[in-house]
Amino acid sequence: MPMRGRVWKFGDNIDTDVIIPARYLVTIDPQELAQHVMEDIDPEFAAKVRPGDIIVAGRNFGCGSSREHAPIAIKAAGVQAVVAESFARIFFRNAINIGLPVVEAPDAVRETETGDELEIDTENGIVRNLRTGKTYKATQYDEFIQHIIRAGGLLNAVRERIQARKAAEAGQ
Amino acid sequence: MGMTMAEKILARAAGRSRVEPGEIVEVAVDLVMTNDITAPLSIAEFKKLGVERVFDPKKVVFVPDHFVPAKDIKAAEQSKIMREFALEQNAIYFEIGRAGIEHVVLPEHGLTRPGMVIIGADSHTCTYGAFNAFATGMGSTDIAAAMATGTTWMRVPPTIKFVYTGTLPPFVTGKDLILYTIGQIGVDGALYACMEFTGPVIDELPMDDRITMANMAIEAGAKTGIFACDDKTREWLAKVTTEPYEPVDSDPDARYAQVIEFDVSNLRPLVALPHLPSNVQPADEVRDLPIDQVVIGSCTNGRLSDLRIAAEILKGRQVHPRVRCIVIPGSQEVAKQAAKEGLVDIFLEAGAVFSVSTCGPCLGGYMGVLAKGERCVSTTNRNFRGRMGHRESEVILASPAVAAASAVLGRVASPFELN
Repeated sequence: MPMRGRVWKFGDNIDTDVIIPARYLVTIDPQELAQHVMEDIDPEFAAKVRPGDIIVAGRNFGCGSSREHAPIAIKAAGVQAVVAESFARIFFRNAINIGLPVVEAPDAVRETETGDELEIDTENGIVRNLRTGKTYKATQYDEFIQHIIRAGGLLNAVRERIQARKAAEAGQ
Repeated sequence: MGMTMAEKILARAAGRSRVEPGEIVEVAVDLVMTNDITAPLSIAEFKKLGVERVFDPKKVVFVPDHFVPAKDIKAAEQSKIMREFALEQNAIYFEIGRAGIEHVVLPEHGLTRPGMVIIGADSHTCTYGAFNAFATGMGSTDIAAAMATGTTWMRVPPTIKFVYTGTLPPFVTGKDLILYTIGQIGVDGALYACMEFTGPVIDELPMDDRITMANMAIEAGAKTGIFACDDKTREWLAKVTTEPYEPVDSDPDARYAQVIEFDVSNLRPLVALPHLPSNVQPADEVRDLPIDQVVIGSCTNGRLSDLRIAAEILKGRQVHPRVRCIVIPGSQEVAKQAAKEGLVDIFLEAGAVFSVSTCGPCLGGYMGVLAKGERCVSTTNRNFRGRMGHRESEVILASPAVAAASAVLGRVASPFELN
């Protein structure tokens, strides 16, 4: 089922310090983190963002720290997905692990502005800009990453494996 | 076709004869680490997995270092969650007063050795590549899964080989080499890749400087940075561990995504101006940029040799009246040795403060947070907007030599500008 959402556009190298400043890392409560999401790049963002919105950004989104609080804050703020030209690797992993869709679609990013509406089909790797009507290809995930997404995040995937192993041991 | 050292470590950890860049492999991990910021989330996730114990308590490490000694009640609660879990699991735990910053402490205890796969819920885990390990940062959920299973998944990175030739000029350190490299390739110049640091300059480079370089591989987007194991590595390890280790070296016909050569003979001490580590310039070309604060320390430059360079410059001089200079030893060991060698006296006489070992100000945590409009020269690793405090403050990255010279002159300065 494709998702649709209103776009907030950001530039290149959006780092984890501006996504969720370290001064707020004294909690792991998603709602508390969400109140400060993107605060150091746009102090008004947490007040403006609405459930279902989409963040669109340039190269190397999420560079910097390994703090999983960053994708957690974005997701808890109601952001449906992040579309970027490229992602920093730890952020990408973290987002997949916690079930925040991250879509690499450089051409779509370049022709999308704040306020546009995007339609994203993660299954087939297609991004459509509803203002311009143009359609773009997104980078396809590996089978392994798709498996984590289908399981609903890394934890579920690992839990399934642990339970399967326990069941196998019990059956012997 | 040969393999790079990174590929060899991953192949071994995957139980395979070889691996190819781009493929995803499951590897056994030799060490899993978290800190007071990332551990509480890892522990919460771990508890959802339905396992009671970590896979091997001797391979799971907890280090309180970011907001300790606790900066406020919330930080204290986070540390407490980690401390209780670590003790309950009988895992390796480094308490303050006997430890310090994770990436300084683990090598001091011989926990980071050649050939290992090390993962940590801290992006600067790549530091341990200085010891010929495959080390990389991950998030809390990945670490939770690894704590439970002793394995993780990795995409085998392509390796970019960096060859440093020429002769290193005075006051040009590992920090300058890595800043120069990031300045050349950009903050995503090694995205997803392994940076292999080689060449005659690297062969001569002390371990502390190699550690600084590996530490900042992440600032070029890299998955890790790695060095060969040589006499300098073995000398370090001989002092701190009796555990065996199996070094790896790249084959002569190993495949590299890119080979980049730098002649460093004409390098000058560098700085990275706000707000990216790639915004690099020679320190002596930055004219009349007044500063409010200097921080010397962190996982990047908080080792004994860093404090020695800073002390050499601050000896008999005074910190500029307008500047606050904060010196932070990377660990209790560094602090003890700095006291023994008289470095602490030099800092105190110069009008600097000598702090407890903590990550504190590097990430705007505490012990040196910047106000609106303030500017800091720091030996840390990131100068992103708001990194050390107010979103309208500025961080300029530099080596301890440049930081100390700047502290004296009250502006961004090269050590050569001192009389």
